[in-house]
Amino acid sequence: MNVTASALDVKALSVRLGGTDVLHDLTFSVPKASCLAVIGPNGVGKTVLLKALIGALPCTGEIRWAADTVLGYVPQKLDIERDLPLTAGDFLRAKAALSKASSAEVSRALRAVALDESMLRQPIGSLSGGQFQRLLVAFALLGQPNVLLLDEPAAGVDEPGQAQLQQVIRRLQDTEGMTVLLVSHDLSVVYRHADSVLCLGRRRTCLGPPRTVLSPEMLQELYGAALSYHVHDDT
Amino acid sequence: MSTTTLEMLALSVSMAVAAGLIGCLAIMRRMVLAADPLSHVALPGIGVALLLSWHPLAGALLMLLLAAVLVWAIERRTRIAIEAIIGVTFSVALAVGSVITSGEQLIDALLGSPGTLSGWEVGLGLAGPLIVIAFVLRGRDAMVVALVSPEIALTSGVNVKRMDLYFLLAFALTVGLGLRYLGVLLMGSLIIIPAAVARRLARGLNAMFAISVGTAVLSTIAGYYLAARAGLHSGPFIVMIAGGLFFLSLLRRQ
Repeated sequence: MNVTASALDVKALSVRLGGTDVLHDLTFSVPKASCLAVIGPNGVGKTVLLKALIGALPCTGEIRWAADTVLGYVPQKLDIERDLPLTAGDFLRAKAALSKASSAEVSRALRAVALDESMLRQPIGSLSGGQFQRLLVAFALLGQPNVLLLDEPAAGVDEPGQAQLQQVIRRLQDTEGMTVLLVSHDLSVVYRHADSVLCLGRRRTCLGPPRTVLSPEMLQELYGAALSYHVHDDT
Repeated sequence: MSTTTLEMLALSVSMAVAAGLIGCLAIMRRMVLAADPLSHVALPGIGVALLLSWHPLAGALLMLLLAAVLVWAIERRTRIAIEAIIGVTFSVALAVGSVITSGEQLIDALLGSPGTLSGWEVGLGLAGPLIVIAFVLRGRDAMVVALVSPEIALTSGVNVKRMDLYFLLAFALTVGLGLRYLGVLLMGSLIIIPAAVARRLARGLNAMFAISVGTAVLSTIAGYYLAARAGLHSGPFIVMIAGGLFFLSLLRRQ
């Protein structure tokens, strides 16, 4: 019997919204402690897929998370006014209370995303885009999740901020054995970090390791235009 | 000060605490303006209650709670913005209410008329704010997380839809509790204005709750005092003082 543990098994997943099939008949698995990247042009349903996986959208098919799954979710963008009188500490304390996380766990989550505890006193409106995104990752880490769903976590963040975020995610995977589902438009990041890539296209979907999936021909078909990306040297 | 006045003050202050707290959550959910049209739905409830010889407050509360459930159900099914649903539903309610309520009853309903309170009204007037205060204090963490992202709240074990319903019911209950003192026209103000003051002055969540409650309570006590001296309805005084505090808050640079 094959006992390779899956964090997630998805079979024949379809999502229909407003009379339109956004996702149709998706089947894939995500092994534990691996990173699945979801790529594709805007509007193909990448965010819809993540929302369906956490049960926020109605769908058909089968979604089976491993029994011990604890989810952490970082949304693509927040529909929240940044000038509300809320501090970073208010945010984290609320999540910590729900997750029954101790103050030590809050400190650890902040350290994991390289944010200083003094940040807790700052209103969220005063945080930079990169700091706010890292705060959201810290938010997701409370409650000791073993699966992280990241929906374009680096969107709108400057390059140093993006690099810092990528390091954080990579470190979490390496040190905590976290399973990661990552929606990203940055193909270089996908190439470097993902163990497998799920491409959502308007005409077809594909699944495989980055070296196979991120071929010029496949990208041309997926995005309808020639794309190139830079593969960074890891050393 | 007579016992009745003390009783009345205790009831209105506890209502003000509830209004200050629920207003903070409403302003964070961008539905603080909903308090105004929501209070209008009480009017047909008062009208129907008078036609059936019920107590007006019972009709108003029942109609408000039913309306909260209706708004919640429409939002779930249609995904129309909640403010739009409340705006449409309750403008219609105001029109219906003004037709079936008339004369002095209408003026009392619009501006509030504390009058003499029966035993059950005093009980409800104290128990209602306690329910709202307990809901806000217990539910604030879930509300804040859902405010950041309903999806994060979902993955944190929060039943977001149920919480939305409870919030609307608490909101409607708060409006209902204040109708006796402030009336249909002004009750929304005691939810909107203190929260708006707090939003301007506070830097964190606890401070926001404290400033909002403080503003609501101060306006209520001072409004009662001035109204008693002038021998007029307290509602307009309460709202004018809250409004004055809001304009004072504008002096602070952000």
